[in-house]
Amino acid sequence: MPSSHATPSQTIGPYYGTALPFPGGPDAAPAGHPDAITVHGRVLDGEGVPVADALLEFWQAAPDGSLTGSPGSLRRDGARFTGFARVPTGGDGHYALRTLPPPEEAPYLALCVFVRGLSYGLFTRVYFRAPESDALLAALPPERRATLLAAPDPGGHRSYRFDVRLRGAAETVFLDFTAA
Amino acid sequence: MAAHPAAPEALREETTSPAPEPYLGPAERHPRQPPVPLALSPGAVELTGPVFGAADVSPLDADLTRQHPGEPIGERITVSGRVVDGRGRPVRGQLVEVWQANAAGRYTHRLDRHPAPLDPNFTGTGRCLTDDEGRYRFTTIRPGAYPVFPDANVWRPPHIHFSLFGTAFTQRLVTQMYFPGDPLLAHDGVWHAVTDPAARRRLVAAYDPGLNDAAASTLGYRWDIVLDGPAAVPSEEGRH
Repeated sequence: MPSSHATPSQTIGPYYGTALPFPGGPDAAPAGHPDAITVHGRVLDGEGVPVADALLEFWQAAPDGSLTGSPGSLRRDGARFTGFARVPTGGDGHYALRTLPPPEEAPYLALCVFVRGLSYGLFTRVYFRAPESDALLAALPPERRATLLAAPDPGGHRSYRFDVRLRGAAETVFLDFTAA
Repeated sequence: MAAHPAAPEALREETTSPAPEPYLGPAERHPRQPPVPLALSPGAVELTGPVFGAADVSPLDADLTRQHPGEPIGERITVSGRVVDGRGRPVRGQLVEVWQANAAGRYTHRLDRHPAPLDPNFTGTGRCLTDDEGRYRFTTIRPGAYPVFPDANVWRPPHIHFSLFGTAFTQRLVTQMYFPGDPLLAHDGVWHAVTDPAARRRLVAAYDPGLNDAAASTLGYRWDIVLDGPAAVPSEEGRH
């Protein structure tokens, strides 16, 4: 449970688009970086309808394992890796992130998804493989575990597919950090 | 629920009319499965978070009245407060972002079809970084109320959307700030989406003459923010 005096969360509403997205938000990888990967997919509701007004935020360790981050996400200089990306979905519910692969010791992207109507951001993780030592993945049944694994894009170059399903069949595993 | 002696006005407002249905948004967007509890161990990515600095925000970004050549229409206000974690420690140097309607209740967003005028001198978006004591400060215009659906008699009370980062990604918060003494609050389903009255009242700012800014000709409102999350309750306190 949240602490007794925490400020409550409220829906992001339909009008965040003039304020939160910023140029270069989806481009966490430095320009032209040879290791850059693309992670893309769609945000879908329980009817399979694309969610055109979702906002995805990614946070991850740097390739050297560092979790200190770097300032400059909002005005990227093209060279520095800040660890943070913000990606709105388009009219077809699609998003695309360019980033660097996460390191072995923290092999996932932390993801928070905001959508109009939900009072809370939904936390999840994007994995690219399933290390046996990972406590979260190990505790999930296989079909649920699969929702956290980005799939290499057939024919794509260093490209991975990761859909977020808010509800229903193959619903993405969302995380609660406060209840454990 | 114990009475809240500090807010008799708010209590009275809540009891003079039936409470509105809490706004929950489209059902098809709500996950059916409960979120999976995850105890974060040291080294977990979510125990840290993005950092921001002078490269990200310029001082003018915090003044929503100075983004265009002319003066925006409306009542000039200062909105300021402290961002702290669950143990009261200041959240320093973190990004605070706001967006809001103009004085007539219209957003600059292209999907807003409320037939109130746009203000060519007001965009309604701002950013700043918290200082060493966790304080943020915006100069802006008091937003107007607006109807949610053109066909329904449902109006949103004036509010400012806030986006906040803590020291951990788990503390990420998007919420809305309201104004004190507003009769529309008692009818607002979004405000009532927070079902605990005491928690709901924490979304309402306080008029604070000490924050009136003579140089900027503003009325002052104070709104303090507490970010929760595992980083606010370290493992040595038995959270793991």
